[in-house]
Amino acid sequence: MFRWFHKLASTKNFYRLAEIMTPLLAVACALLIGVGLYQGLFVAPTDYEQGESYRIIYVHVPSAWMSMFIYMVMAFCSLLFLVWKMKLADIVAEVSAPLGASFTFLALVTGSLWGKPMWGTWWEWDARLTSELILLFIYIGYMALRSSIENKSSAARAAAILALVGVVNIPIIHYSVEWWNTLHQPASITKLGKPSIHISMLIPLLLMALGFTLFYFVTMLLKTRNVILEREVNSAWVRERIKEDRL
Amino acid sequence: MTEFLAMGGYAIYVWPSFALTAIVMLANLFAALTRRKKVIAMLKRQHAETKT
Amino acid sequence: MGAAFLTLLKRDLTLAMRRRSDWLNPLVFFVIVVSLFPLGIGPDGSLLSEIAPGVIWVAALLATLLALDGLFRDDFDDGSIEQLLLSPQPLPVLVLAKILTHWLISGLPLVLLSPLLALLLQLKLQALPTLLGSLVLGTLSLSLIGAIGAALTVGLRRGGVLLPLLVLPLFIPVLIFGSSSVAAAATGFPVSAQLSLLGGLFFLALALAPWAAAAALRISAES
Repeated sequence: MFRWFHKLASTKNFYRLAEIMTPLLAVACALLIGVGLYQGLFVAPTDYEQGESYRIIYVHVPSAWMSMFIYMVMAFCSLLFLVWKMKLADIVAEVSAPLGASFTFLALVTGSLWGKPMWGTWWEWDARLTSELILLFIYIGYMALRSSIENKSSAARAAAILALVGVVNIPIIHYSVEWWNTLHQPASITKLGKPSIHISMLIPLLLMALGFTLFYFVTMLLKTRNVILEREVNSAWVRERIKEDRL
Repeated sequence: MTEFLAMGGYAIYVWPSFALTAIVMLANLFAALTRRKKVIAMLKRQHAETKT
Repeated sequence: MGAAFLTLLKRDLTLAMRRRSDWLNPLVFFVIVVSLFPLGIGPDGSLLSEIAPGVIWVAALLATLLALDGLFRDDFDDGSIEQLLLSPQPLPVLVLAKILTHWLISGLPLVLLSPLLALLLQLKLQALPTLLGSLVLGTLSLSLIGAIGAALTVGLRRGGVLLPLLVLPLFIPVLIFGSSSVAAAATGFPVSAQLSLLGGLFFLALALAPWAAAAALRISAES
């Protein structure tokens, strides 16, 4: 198990694996999102309370899930990097941050677009939207810290510490915001999601969520390969591959 | 079809959500792909320089 | 270990007393920010007393943030941070001493001054003990959490701009429980839940922040 792990952690082997996996994942991702969109837009019935507006769920909820999932990946990679000095983990954390921030942004905007017909306002200090907003700030802080430290290895370690500090704080922030929200908000305002969702609406949601996850992996692997190439310009295996023209 | 596009009167909320999601996701994907092209071009140039 | 802690504490306090602007400026900032609110939204007493808990808490948070940049800055610039790193004492303990000094010169004066500002904003008198208690627990937590950000950015030339971006999101739970405890006290509700949550945050920060800040300080010193 550990040897297998170690082998994967070498950038050369990871590059090879990513090369094989990327097209497979991309096809699966396109299929899942395609079927999910079809089912979500055409097959799933109209919600009797929210009408057709509920269909925003099929992009809002997967985006919100991804925003948290990607942060967990970043935190896990930061731990691997700090404890075992695994360079590959640092690259994955680095390229994941902008993707996570993108999904957080999407969750916020689609939440706002969904909130307008439901609440009558573009922004409501709903617990989940507020948590997403704070998560966006955390992503931005992470990227800002990384880009403002010139020494690459210091930047990587400082960012890793910040990611771990963030992962301790995110649940605390989440629960404190939820608590704050129940304290201040009258019960008349219905919250996003958390419905007793019907199975025919749930299946497209799960398809979309899985599709978004695969999309993250495809893009993350592509970006990781770019960074590996940039960082290892002078290594033997990259030279070999340039010579054979298969990058 | 028009009924579908109207989304029961919620079209101005539903379609921008889907469109924006598609734009942001594709922008990320294309950024990765164009970066890859640039990196490969850079590597080949460097390789050509070191050979001569 | 305890001796090293006390020596460092004493040294830093003496130094801080000499540089008056370090602890006086955030304090003045605190007073000015709070007095801007009546000017900005009008002198309506009932409105002011309603928003007083939030305003005082946000102003205290910003004043703490203002003082935070200097936490390791001077030691970093004159190289004495290297001696801390090389010292045989465990670094987290020394960092904790520095954080405590920082709180004594920036957090404690804020707490002591807060009744005056409560008066300005017509906060109900019955909320004063809670205000003081929550500010003591809260500003201690803010100093501890903020120290991580200060240690991460101390090596950067423009670290002062980055610091708020890193630590403000992390301050949010403290702000929520702090200001809501004062608001609850002002309206006569029990405050034990908020205060014990603030206490919980403080102990969590006390247990984790010195280690994280020490690790961050090592990274900043190496680059």
